[in-house]
This record gives sequence, C-alpha cells and structure tokens, in this order.
Amino acid sequence: MSILVIAEHDNASLKADTLKTVAAASAIGGDIHVLVAGANCAAAAADAAKAAGVSKVLVADNAAYENQLAENVSLLITELAGDYGHILANASTTGKNFMPRVAALLDVAQISEIIAVESADTFVRPIYAGNAIATVQSLDATKVITVRATGFDAVETNGSAEVVALSNATDAGTSSFVGAELTVSERPDLGAASVVISGGRGMQNGENFHLLDGIADKLGAAIGASRAAVDAGFVANDMQVGQTGKIVAPDLYIAVGISGAIQHLAGMKDSKVIVAINKDAEAPIFQVADYGIVADLFDALPELESKL
Amino acid sequence: MLTGIYIKSVLNNNFKQVFDYCLQIDKIPNNKLNDFGKKLEVAMKVLVPIKRVIDYNVKVRVKPDNSNVDLTNVKMAINPFCEIAVEEAVRLKEAGIATEIVAVSIGDKSCQEQLRTALALGADRAIQIDTDQNLDSINVAKLLQKVVEEEQPQLVLLGKQAIDSDNNQTGQMLGALTGMPQGTFASIVKVEGDKVNVTREVDGGLQTVALNLPAIVTTDLRLNEPRYASLPNIMKAKRKPLAVKAAGDFGIDLSPRTTLIKVTPPAERQAGIIVESIDELVEKLKNEAKVI
Ligand SMILES: Cc1cc2nc3c(=O)[nH]c(=O)nc-3n(C[C@H](O)[C@H](O)[C@H](O)COP(=O)(O)OP(=O)(O)OC[C@H]3O[C@@H](n4cnc5c(N)ncnc54)[C@H](O)[C@@H]3O)c2cc1C
Ligand SMILES: Cc1cc2nc3c(=O)[nH]c(=O)nc-3n(C[C@H](O)[C@H](O)[C@H](O)COP(=O)(O)OP(=O)(O)OC[C@H]3O[C@@H](n4cnc5c(N)ncnc54)[C@H](O)[C@@H]3O)c2cc1C
Repeated sequence: MSILVIAEHDNASLKADTLKTVAAASAIGGDIHVLVAGANCAAAAADAAKAAGVSKVLVADNAAYENQLAENVSLLITELAGDYGHILANASTTGKNFMPRVAALLDVAQISEIIAVESADTFVRPIYAGNAIATVQSLDATKVITVRATGFDAVETNGSAEVVALSNATDAGTSSFVGAELTVSERPDLGAASVVISGGRGMQNGENFHLLDGIADKLGAAIGASRAAVDAGFVANDMQVGQTGKIVAPDLYIAVGISGAIQHLAGMKDSKVIVAINKDAEAPIFQVADYGIVADLFDALPELESKL
Repeated sequence: MLTGIYIKSVLNNNFKQVFDYCLQIDKIPNNKLNDFGKKLEVAMKVLVPIKRVIDYNVKVRVKPDNSNVDLTNVKMAINPFCEIAVEEAVRLKEAGIATEIVAVSIGDKSCQEQLRTALALGADRAIQIDTDQNLDSINVAKLLQKVVEEEQPQLVLLGKQAIDSDNNQTGQMLGALTGMPQGTFASIVKVEGDKVNVTREVDGGLQTVALNLPAIVTTDLRLNEPRYASLPNIMKAKRKPLAVKAAGDFGIDLSPRTTLIKVTPPAERQAGIIVESIDELVEKLKNEAKVI
C-alpha cells in the first residue's frame, strides 16, 4: 500500500524536515504521496513536488487549513487515510499536535518519534529521555508515525511529482487561530544548523547571551539554551534544547554554562562532536563532551571568538 | 466568568442575550443551576488525568535481557507535566473559575499514591482506573473518554507528555475521541466566557488559539510552577474521596496495538578529553574533529 507523508510548511515554502520524513517513508518502501494542507500554499506544494521518491503531491488549499489547526487537519487526513498503509509526519510541534488525533480517529496507536525503520511494521524510538531505545512493532492495519528529524538524512530535491488539487474543506468549527509570535532570526534553524552553540544558567542573564553572537556568526551556528536559561527568561522558549524542547544532532554542539542534566543531554547527545565550557570540572556535561574546557565562560567566550 | 456575562446582561437589560445564554447553558451537560436566589451558576468541572512515572532525577537502566527498562525499586513520582496540570486546575479554582477538580489515573493500586499527591495539591476527588496492563496511549484515551462521558468536565487538563514513554499523544487522542478541540503545549490558559484561549509553545515561538468549551489542554513546562503540598493538606488529602473502578468494566477492547520487541541502551559516547586552552580547543576542532 502507498505511504502518505504530511508536509510541514508555512504556505510559502516547505520545511526542510519534511525531506527527512520522506526519507523515512523511502526506508519503509512503497509509493509515496505528500499532502500539503494549507491556504494559498501552491509554492509549498511546488517545493514538495521536488522531493526525490515522491510520486504525487496532494494539495488541499483551503482557509480551514491555513494555520494547521489540529481539529481540521486531522479530519482531512482521516478522509484520505483509506488509501494508505502508513501515514507519516514530522515529530515537530505541528506534527505532534495533529497526528495523535488522526490515530484516534482511525482507532490505531501512534508510534511516536521514530529514529529508524526496521521493517514496514517495526520501528525504533527513544524512550525515557533517550536513556533507552525501544524497538516497537505496530499491530494496526494503518501505521500512524511521527519521525524525529535527526534520525534520517534528507532526500534530494531533484524529483518532479504530479501535483493534484483536492477539494476537501472540512472545518470542525471548534477552534480558531488568534495569533502567533514567531521568532524572526537571521540564524539557521536549531534543527537544521550544522553547528549549535547553547547557553545555560551560567550565562546569568539575557544580555550575556550576546557573548554567543559573535561565535555563532563566525561558525554559521544556531543558538540554543537549557531549560534553566529559558525558565529564567534569558531567552525565548523556542530555543530550549532537550527532552521536552528541541532535539538536535549537529556536527558541532557547544554547551556553555550548562551542567548536563539528563533532560538536556536527551536533546543533544547525538551530536557528532560536543564541546563543553564550564567552570566546574565535576559538571556531568564533561562526561559526554569530546572536548571540555574548565574555564570561566566570561573569559573563554571572548577568547574563542577572537581565535576562530 | 459565565455568571459575569449573565449579570452584565441583566444590567444591560439585554434579555435576548440572557435567553441565548440559557440555551447555551442548556447544552452544557451536568451544569448546576442554583436556587433562584443565586440565579445561574455554571459548574466548571476540570478533569486532570495524571500518570505515575519514574522520578525525573532517576537515570533509567535497561534490563540485561533487553526485554524492557528495569523499574524495580526505582523512585516513582507524578509525571512533572501532570503536576503542572493539577496546579493549573487549582489556580483556576482559586480564581473562582473552576468549581471542582477531579483527578484520574489509570494503573495498578500504586498510582493511588500519585492521586493522593494530586488531592494534597488541591484536587477535590480522585478516580483510579485499575489495571496491571501497560496500555497503549489509544487505550488510555479510550478509558479517559468514558470518564469524560460520565463526568462531563468543561476542561480536561493533561500533561503534554509522560516522561517515561515520551509519547505525547494522550491528550490529542482524547480530543479526537470526544470531538473536543485542543490546546497542546500550553504556556498560558485563559478561560473567557464559553471559550478558552490557549497560548502554545511551538517550534517557531508562540501561537494562540481560541477553543470552544469543553476543551482539552495539555501543559508545557512554563505554564506554572507547581506548589509544594503542605502537611495539613497532605493529611486532609487522606480523607478526600478516591473511587476505584476496574478497567475491564468499561466495555472497551484494551488489547495491545503494539508489541515491544526489545529495549536496548543507547550507544555510549566515548569519553573525551579536557583541553588546557582555547588555542588547543580551536586546533583540535580544526585538525582532529574537522568540524570548523
Ligand atoms: C520534566 C522535565 C523536563 C525537562 N526538560 C528539559 C529540557 O528539555 N532541556 C533542558 O535543558 N532541561 C530540561 N529540564 C531541566 C533540567 O533538569 C535541568 O534543570 C536544566 O537542564 C539545567 O540547566 P543548566 O544546565 O543551564 O543549569 P544548571 O544545572 O544550574 O547549570 C549551570 C552550569 O553553569 C556552570 N557555570 C556557572 N557559571 C559559570 C561561569 N561563569 N563559567 C562557566 N560555567 C559556569 C555551572 O558550573 C553549572 O554547571 C527538564 C526538567 C524536568 C523536570
Ligand atoms: C518501551 C515502551 C515503548 C512503548 N512504545 C509505545 C508506542 O510507540 N506507542 C504507544 O502507543 N505506546 C507505546 N508504549 C506504551 C506507553 O508507554 C503507554 O501507552 C503509556 O502508558 C500511555 O500513556 P503515554 O505515556 O503514552 O501518555 P502521553 O501521551 O505521553 O502522556 C500525556 C498525558 O496523558 C495522561 N496520561 C497518560 N497515561 C495516563 C494514565 N495511565 N493515567 C492517567 N493519565 C494518563 C497524563 O496527563 C499525561 O501527562 C510503550 C511502552 C513501553 C514500555
């Protein structure tokens, strides 16, 4: 049976992580279709049509889907589900929002945040903040799955899928979009960056986070944070890396003034190279760091910036 | 809040609005219309499903036979996100918005401990749905659906994820099964009239949605900071009602939808080195790790 991948996008363009979810679909094997649900989303659909391995892009272009409200999108996906054996979406805050509703409407379980595909019905996923890795077999006819982006490499964008317009327009009428405050940043997305530099409680305040800017500029890095730094109001919530924040696996992760609690490690320990800057030689972060430096960050950061 | 609309409408002598409002209340099951003197007062019941999980400070170990994680003699606690849900419900009650808080947990007898914690934090009564099975989220949601049908809450507050399975599913599934709208990963919850506005923590920042009541809300970390239960409240909680129902009595097929094939420890990272200077660090990153 075919596989349906739900595209993540902002109507204007496709989110790069969708290409990783298509890669997970390719690993399962089968005819791959992508659903783009949005409003005035032709540009996002055109992006999706380029994803290698996709044969068809279904476009539901309707005001009801403009803000990806879970109540509406889940009904749409359920209407289409009959044709598919697998339905996949990114394990992002968008995918995590509507996919369990889809699973419940179809009366099936959801397999959350897979990082590998063993076979068409068996998947690998981290549990307990990544301290255990479970291999789970789905017994349901339709497999509803969210995909952790760090587990898969994006497919190429040299495809040319057929684009088909849908006329579906289901609006549950129970919820509405009020507004959004999205962070605008020149820097790469945390999830997409090949270098991430994160600050923790040791940064002391939001002003000091600017000490990371120069280094991030030089390395083309995204800036992240620990929960303690976010809770203390130093930086915005969307910068939190960890079990309950964003999961990242860049080539280089630099942790500054972060102790290394298991919840933080859960979000970054699959990074290729980890650097820790901490003044406490006993900090647990040093146990996962490839290169540690025991130093006061207020000395180390300016020096690092000048020497890069 | 709903009473507020009523009073305002009477002051404005806007009988049409009062009439419409009564119709709307009529649609809310299980509402409480007080005696005539007190006029209308809608009971806003809040249901809080809570889960017993491993304490967040404990680093879990995988069993040598790779069958699962080893939870023998491990410290257990209320899932941190559920604790935030209880706290939010208590704050809604303190603000005069919620009228009753019912905590529910699905699990064996030991989860009564976490229900007592919820009662000590301010829940009014508790329900344990007794089962030894490790249920898939869909089956947890189906049992909760039955509780919702019975209790008719106006708001169901759940954690966004349980820190053991890290599933992040149950609230959304319950939303779909009951037809209720949802505000997941909430950092602000504002009940206004017959709606609740929920500000959600999303990947790009914050998003606010308006939901018709009854609705589902799942909590994120920054919604509130839970209080500690005081000793007198812990004592009082022992006398609050806790009903036990057998999961098998709900007439739901609870057979597993997934099979756990194996559980393995994650790949260990090789211990790294401590460098002595920033110069050495930069040199290693360039020439050894080749990442800059
Ligand atoms: C349910 C739950 C979910 C959670 N989810 C997450 C999550 O997703 N992400 C997350 O990060 N946390 C999460 N946490 C919180 C986590 O347990 C830790 O509390 C948090 O990660 C600590 O942040 P920190 O390392 O910045 O602060 P701390 O632990 O306070 O560490 C600060 C570090 O800075 C160092 N330092 C201080 N001053 C300097 C200086 N001048 N120079 C150099 N070093 C300095 C100190 O030595 C210390 O090691 C969660 C907790 C719970 C209960
Ligand atoms: C190794 C392993 C792997 C697993 N993999 C999967 C899988 O891939 N898919 C799957 O569907 N199941 C899986 N399970 C089963 C899963 O752990 C249980 O289904 C789980 O108990 C259901 O809730 P949750 O943790 O998923 O809830 P979540 O959706 O993560 O929790 C959200 C909220 O739901 C409420 N809630 C959850 N459970 C209860 C409860 N028992 N009582 C009251 N309220 C509750 C709480 O408010 C909680 O904060 C797995 C189990 C194990 C041991």
